[in-house]
Amino acid sequence: MAVDAQTIEKLAELARIAISEETIDEVSSRLGDVLQLVDQLQAVNTDGVEPMAHPLDEVQVLRKDAVTEPNRREAFLALAPQSEAGLYLVPKVID
Amino acid sequence: MHQLTIAEIIRGLRDKQFSSVELTSHYLERIQQLDSQFNSFITVTSEQALNEAAAADARLAQGDAPALCGVPVAHKDIFCTNGVRTSCGSKMLDNFVPPYDATVIDNFQQAGAISLGKTNMDEFAMGSSNETSFYGAVKNPWDVERIPGGSSGGSAAAVAALLAPGATATDTGGSIRQPAAMTGTTGLKPTYGRVSRWGMIAFASSLDQGGPITRTAEDAALMLSVMASPDAKDSTCLDRPVQDYTAHLNDSIAGLKIGVPSEYFGEGLDSEVGARVQDALKEYEKLGAELVEISLPHSKLAVPAYYVIAPAEASANLSRFDGVRYGYRCENPADLRDLYMRSRGEGFGEEVKRRILVGSYALSAGYYDAYYNKAQQVRRLIKQDFVDAFDKVDVIMGPTAPNPAFKLGEKNADPVAMYLEDIYTIATNLAGLPGMSIPCGFAHGLPVGLQIIGNYLDEARMLNVAHQFQQASDWHQQTAPAAE
Repeated sequence: MAVDAQTIEKLAELARIAISEETIDEVSSRLGDVLQLVDQLQAVNTDGVEPMAHPLDEVQVLRKDAVTEPNRREAFLALAPQSEAGLYLVPKVID
Repeated sequence: MHQLTIAEIIRGLRDKQFSSVELTSHYLERIQQLDSQFNSFITVTSEQALNEAAAADARLAQGDAPALCGVPVAHKDIFCTNGVRTSCGSKMLDNFVPPYDATVIDNFQQAGAISLGKTNMDEFAMGSSNETSFYGAVKNPWDVERIPGGSSGGSAAAVAALLAPGATATDTGGSIRQPAAMTGTTGLKPTYGRVSRWGMIAFASSLDQGGPITRTAEDAALMLSVMASPDAKDSTCLDRPVQDYTAHLNDSIAGLKIGVPSEYFGEGLDSEVGARVQDALKEYEKLGAELVEISLPHSKLAVPAYYVIAPAEASANLSRFDGVRYGYRCENPADLRDLYMRSRGEGFGEEVKRRILVGSYALSAGYYDAYYNKAQQVRRLIKQDFVDAFDKVDVIMGPTAPNPAFKLGEKNADPVAMYLEDIYTIATNLAGLPGMSIPCGFAHGLPVGLQIIGNYLDEARMLNVAHQFQQASDWHQQTAPAAE
């Protein structure tokens, strides 16, 4: 079961991952194998079964909305490939 | 000195048989001399380790020594370390130097442990062979033409090669237990939420869990005691008291009920691996345990459910790598879209890209119910199998992996064949249960792992059960010839 090239292109766009023309066939056939594997799930009767989000069915912990960490703007900006004047730099978005 | 277990090191340091500086220097020399064969470390932090060791010696001299004071350990390169590059095995993070420590790293520092460095791993922990690392494959110390398992292959190989007495690791679908099995080491994945995930680079957040790889169950108990802690910084971390994991190691296991699932001994299991596991079960009977045949009827659905849930969560988690805030950015992006597409296309390896695409597919409009929701329903069926089984038994045992370590490159062309190597470990992650792998003999001359699955938060009993086996056997004391 191969996934068609159009679907791969759509997924690549959704995932924002460039897939080169040369590898698209291989990606499509391997993705098809994985989808065939997971398609086994479709045969299972899951009527009335609640989807499981947390193994111990824990609920979201709440905490006070209080400042607990210092502002480390410089340390985090230093990790960026490009930054200037306290801002992340990206190619021009608006003309 | 490198033959010592963590328990022996703790005693030796306190009895002044050797200093932490001597011990740490010894391990650093071994890493320098031997690791080119195994490639188990990505980064070795020699200078920092020696400074920490000198500080530990001072505390030991003052009699002010916390639990692991002066004990050298290695950390999987998935745990953020302040000021030390944390790559997650990826080109994407080759230049990433975190400005903070993961909670696990912080816990080891509070306990006085020494960090030798960061261990190799499958890229973003996605793999069962440690071949997807940007830094090259890790080699199994038992046979350097074979894989050490993955994704925590570097941690497992480092412990098996006696380059560190213990190492941290993480397990999303078997990534602690399977490499422990492949390398003849002891690995423990705790109950989901027992160890904080804060600062542990996320793969699949509802499955990821940190744990130790060591040479003995006693050492795993010592390391887990440090790793496990409630943590307000991780909202999924359990706010429950941490057990004393060493307190029950020596309890008798007479009367213990061991569940043996028929589904774990069927088609696909190597016959020699199966025989070694049966030998171990017989040994447990001699120790007074009772074997109870059980069934986990939804077992065969674990791999398909996992390969929906894990990629779906990965596709969401890895969306943070955008080439803007940290990590790899492509050269000369034409516009913002090109920057995203090429930074991610060039920064991620093939397996990571494949899983992100699968995840995007499973979560995309029109497919969410058919894939992700369906898989989460199947996940509850898998959990219910275990809940029913634990009504009748105290622990569950079977093989950790269906085969011993395979040859490097053997399964690279077929992702599905690679995925099936985790067939016995994945269900535990889906259910959120704790699991261990301990050495139980050899098949085709390679180590075999016995898997022990415990009930929720029952790590102390699991460790007791593993320790009692290790008191009656010496499989865990066998060392790879290349480690000598």
